[in-house]
Amino acid sequence: MEYLPNVIFAIVLLASIGFFTKNVGQIIRNINLGKQIDVSDQKSTRWKNMARIAMGQTKMVVRPIPGLLHIIVYLGFIIINIEVLEIIIDGLFGTHRIFAPLGALYSFLIATFEILALLVIVAVILFWLRRNILRLKRFIKPEMKGWPKMDANLILYIELALMIFFLTMNAADFQLQQLGAEHYTKAGVFPVSGLIASLFSDMSIPDLILLERTAWWLHILGILMFLNYLYYSKHLHILLAFPNTYYAKLGPKGQFKNLDSVTREVRLMMDPSADPYAVPAESTDTPDKFGASDVQDLSWVQLLNAYTCTECGRCTSECPANQTGKKLSPRKIMMDTRDRLEEVGKNIKANNGVFLDDGKQLLDTYISREELWACTSCNACVEACPVSIDPLSIIMDMRQFLVMEQSAAPSDLNNMMGNIENNGAPWPFNQMDRLNWSKEN
Amino acid sequence: MAEVTAAGIQPEVLFWVGCAGSFDDRAKKITKAFVKILNEANVSFAVLGTEESCTGDPAKRAGNEFLFQMQAMTNIEVMNSYGVKKLVTACPHCFNTLKNEYPGLGGQYEVVHHTQFLNELLAEGRISVESGKFKGKRITYHDPCYLGRANGVYEAPRELIKKLDAELVEMKNSKKRGLCCGAGGAQMFKEPEKGDKDINIERTEQALETQAEIIAAACPFCNTMLTDGVKGKEKESSIQVMDIAELIASAKDL
Repeated sequence: MEYLPNVIFAIVLLASIGFFTKNVGQIIRNINLGKQIDVSDQKSTRWKNMARIAMGQTKMVVRPIPGLLHIIVYLGFIIINIEVLEIIIDGLFGTHRIFAPLGALYSFLIATFEILALLVIVAVILFWLRRNILRLKRFIKPEMKGWPKMDANLILYIELALMIFFLTMNAADFQLQQLGAEHYTKAGVFPVSGLIASLFSDMSIPDLILLERTAWWLHILGILMFLNYLYYSKHLHILLAFPNTYYAKLGPKGQFKNLDSVTREVRLMMDPSADPYAVPAESTDTPDKFGASDVQDLSWVQLLNAYTCTECGRCTSECPANQTGKKLSPRKIMMDTRDRLEEVGKNIKANNGVFLDDGKQLLDTYISREELWACTSCNACVEACPVSIDPLSIIMDMRQFLVMEQSAAPSDLNNMMGNIENNGAPWPFNQMDRLNWSKEN
Repeated sequence: MAEVTAAGIQPEVLFWVGCAGSFDDRAKKITKAFVKILNEANVSFAVLGTEESCTGDPAKRAGNEFLFQMQAMTNIEVMNSYGVKKLVTACPHCFNTLKNEYPGLGGQYEVVHHTQFLNELLAEGRISVESGKFKGKRITYHDPCYLGRANGVYEAPRELIKKLDAELVEMKNSKKRGLCCGAGGAQMFKEPEKGDKDINIERTEQALETQAEIIAAACPFCNTMLTDGVKGKEKESSIQVMDIAELIASAKDL
């Protein structure tokens, strides 16, 4: 019986890690539904981008207030995880504060965790106020109704609860140390929980132990639960921001990829030695589809983008179309892509590894044509994203599908393209008049 | 280009005029202003004239990759046959496409925007702008998306404005966070989607807030959008939309 808590702890820990691993596997399978693209080039630039943008949070601070608050929560998350390591060892082996022999360093660490925990509480409360009381515009857009709103608040509540459990645990521990309770060796400096401890000054040692144990268990169970909540939430960015910034597009933002299949066709057309009457070589492959109408037509990096999006809405708030009341919201493009990808993933899972047509697709079922045609391709959304997501590339791929597979461009654009084809300019002017300006005054 | 090549001259630079610069009445003035400066600086340049054709940018951004590549390869064929090495253009859309999307299709050129080229001329002492015509005037600069965010060129046009001794004032959104004029991505050629406002009006309002006397543009499409915006606000008498090349040419009384 003595080892019962340790056994329970080990089982819970393994189950959480196991369940999380299973979900990560599902994410990887879903991302791999995208087209393969080669992103193995320029490794050092990619590492630098990851270090600068994901670790260094350089794009977060473009907006100083949320940027600073985010850095606090980010540092809190990373640094307090050292404490989680100690908690796991203690939980498995029945020890208490196994790192205590580190002495002064331990005191310094505990003090740092406590101060960070307090700062995280402040930051989380401010974040909550911005969403729910100040109601900043980007948090109350149409795509943020229902689950996305709830999800964002749940994350804040969980983080708040975790920090409160952590500080309560330390406060009870501190009090027990003062009373010289057995097993509670004197260790650590408690600048924050030391202040709360006075609330517990009337409690007996057994009550304090109960409080300390309860807070300890709630804290670690909360963390394990949060880990498994990630898959169902927008919060995956805490992991995926790193690969996402690594694999993001390099080179000028204005450079859009040229389709190789089209290049081959055009070269053949322009080759004067090509025999126009040649019988094309028999080919059994279906030609590549142009552009994207569903998630499988996108690249795996675009799908990774969708899982990485944390719905902060900086893209949407910078979007000129959205600012002037058009339906387009780059954030919604990413959210729709993820939702559809999840749906396709579930479909494949339910049908033993094959996708059965469900009569839906990313285009029209999720993303309307009106949204796609409102984009000015200005790259404001791409610039604004703190984790290098590229909503513009998805919009352009979907336009390509509309025009090249369906000839479904707005009629004004068809006129423009007809003009380019016929007279080499988007307007109906004769190419022979191109130099007329030089003869005018 | 055909004529100079026939005469055995290899010009220093090919001026890519672009469709707007060739046909649009407002943009033609920019073309002429830029040519005046090139002549003043004794730059040996040529244009493709009737052999030039749309770069394919609006087709590509509208989703027609096929038409884009047809245009691109035709243009590349023409330019390669003349052995073109360096291109200058006053249109950021042409600039972006020629610089970033042509190399993959066999068109490798040094491509500069006219604001970069004018800076080069100034740095080399081939032109100067001493006249105080714009001295102390409040000028605000609108970053074209395809010059700024798309290619990171923010300073070249600003340096030119500063050379005019003008007072450069920034709008609420500028440089990396510059607001689009509403023309990009082939929007120039279609009606906007339903919304509460047109994008060019939003941007014009930002420009008017600066109390500037001149909105400096560096793109023929931005120029059109902002000119329309200013007309829409009935502010033609208090604020002018001018291309940077026009500012320089005007400062030099060309």
